[in-house]
Amino acid sequence: MRLSYPSNVKIIQLPCSGRVDILHLLKAIEDGADGVYVAGCLEGECHFLTGNLKAKKKVQYVKKILEEIGLEPERVEMFNLSSGQGPRFAEIATEMVERIKKLGPSPVKLEKAA
Amino acid sequence: MTDLKSGSNLEKVLKAGHFAFTGECGPPKGSNVEHLKKKAAPLKGVVDAVNVTDNQTAVVRMSSWAASTILLQEGVEPNFQMVCRDRNRLAMQSDILGVYAMGIRNMLCLSGDHQRFGNHPEAKNVYDLDSMQLISMVKKMRDEGQFLNGEEIDVPPKLFIGAASNPFADPFEFRVHRLAKKINAGADFIQTQCIYNMDKFREFMKMAVDMGLHEKCYILAGVTPMKSVGMAQYMAKMVPGMDVPESLVKRLRGAGKGKVAEEGIKFSLEQIEEFKEMEGLAGIHLMAIEWEHRVPEIAERAGVLPRPKV
Amino acid sequence: MIVADRKPLKELLEMVEDCDKVLILGCKGCVTVCNVGGSKEVGILALTLKIARKKEGRLLEVSEKTLERQCDPEYVDEVKDIVDGYDAVISMACGVGPQFLSERYPEKRILPAVDTTFFGGAVQHGIWEERCAGCGACGIHHFGGLCPIARCAKSLLNGPCGGSADGKCEISKDVDCIWDMIVTKKMKEGRLDELLMLRPPKVWTTARDGGPRKSVREELVQ
Repeated sequence: MRLSYPSNVKIIQLPCSGRVDILHLLKAIEDGADGVYVAGCLEGECHFLTGNLKAKKKVQYVKKILEEIGLEPERVEMFNLSSGQGPRFAEIATEMVERIKKLGPSPVKLEKAA
Repeated sequence: MTDLKSGSNLEKVLKAGHFAFTGECGPPKGSNVEHLKKKAAPLKGVVDAVNVTDNQTAVVRMSSWAASTILLQEGVEPNFQMVCRDRNRLAMQSDILGVYAMGIRNMLCLSGDHQRFGNHPEAKNVYDLDSMQLISMVKKMRDEGQFLNGEEIDVPPKLFIGAASNPFADPFEFRVHRLAKKINAGADFIQTQCIYNMDKFREFMKMAVDMGLHEKCYILAGVTPMKSVGMAQYMAKMVPGMDVPESLVKRLRGAGKGKVAEEGIKFSLEQIEEFKEMEGLAGIHLMAIEWEHRVPEIAERAGVLPRPKV
Repeated sequence: MIVADRKPLKELLEMVEDCDKVLILGCKGCVTVCNVGGSKEVGILALTLKIARKKEGRLLEVSEKTLERQCDPEYVDEVKDIVDGYDAVISMACGVGPQFLSERYPEKRILPAVDTTFFGGAVQHGIWEERCAGCGACGIHHFGGLCPIARCAKSLLNGPCGGSADGKCEISKDVDCIWDMIVTKKMKEGRLDELLMLRPPKVWTTARDGGPRKSVREELVQ
């Protein structure tokens, strides 16, 4: 199965979405990422029971922070899919890229600050 | 009548064994004396005393003591209310001395609604004393002639001490004990919360009578006529500690357009008839909220006029 | 523990408006336990402030450090060599921390990052509730081990007010009526009579009302 997904999505692999930390998401934004999303297992199917649910809450929290400081919360998102859903993975990547394109580049850029 | 505690009209009426009838009048949201006089006028001669509320529902109004004084000048006996929310023990005691000096003879001691409900929810509340301790303090000032700290008072305030009782709040089993506690603390008379659930109130009064509380204190049953279905629903849902049975709301709704207020008054009149016969009750406290002008009519129809001259 | 909530970011950004370089100081005491001012939260706040300022096109340099405690001079001392390098120090400790810092470093601008709320504990993960008002004269043994000073909205000492309904306080359905709990407990114990005696007015001299308080243990003072 050779599915193509947008090349501007950089994948960081983790053993479980539960390992994702608020700090990771914020760090990505701070480093200038235009968007960041977490792809976790389907709800109810976490190998570690609640890893994906915890990730969802952390994503929610980061959305709140971004909103508070005047950034679009849509730049951060949580998606759920199973490891067998290759096409869905590509679909999500495309969907997220489309969304971010509509929002435009993140205003958090070093060059602007320099 | 040297054994009177205060010599107030209300005390004399109750002591003489008459079925008392008290009213209520909320001071204006301003210094509008004419408005206050207008509200109080229909109550003159129709009730034995008029409760003057103290920043009721935590909404700022003309001070209870000032409004009480104005009523007094108008020939209406006030029942000065004081809540624990807005004053510490210093302010309380000085106000108590003040009202007595101005000729006020009845005082109702209350905890007060929390300021969260009022128009200044940002306020810092006081609650230095609770209502029980306030009752006890007024009694100490009157009977022992002493301040809370034990210092002697130069001309102690001789006040007829009232307290409130809500038979419908929880925990229900404790309510009658709380009433007993207020009586032990020094309450001479009790005015209850507005009664709508008659079954529950009968049960409450039976417990009170069984404990002999009616022999130690005058208990006045609280009555507030419903003016509309909306008011009944508001009271049922929004007013803490209020018990409005669904059957009453249904009855009011069934009265039809333009007849709800009359149905509300009819319900109150039925209640009053039953209260007159109910063991342990010494009177009625009619809280006709913003309906003071209807009180003479209600009193007439309730057969409580003319009021006794004592 | 002492419980706190993080201040709104808008308020914090306004505080550091004219700063270019700040030090965020966490505390490993209570605020770490209630997840508001430990090293993790220091990291989150640092990143957040940096993001917000980058967005404005003005970089904010942020350093992070978390002290053992901010309510002991010896730990507050640990930053003595570095504070000078910052326009301001943001303390994520309870209200005590920024004051110890202000007193130790009088020349430095010290900013509070949290709103200190109450003495309480976690009733479940992520939810804290108030338990103690620090009145200076504990009397909970009179009330079934539950405190009406801290937990009754009116601090009543002689039973529930007329607003108690279904075990909840009149101010909110989310607040338990502590008097309902006290009465229920005493009834179960068959000791209701203890609640029927008049409890006298509270002596507030030991509380904040008596002025700022001090605790001296002679055996420890050197």
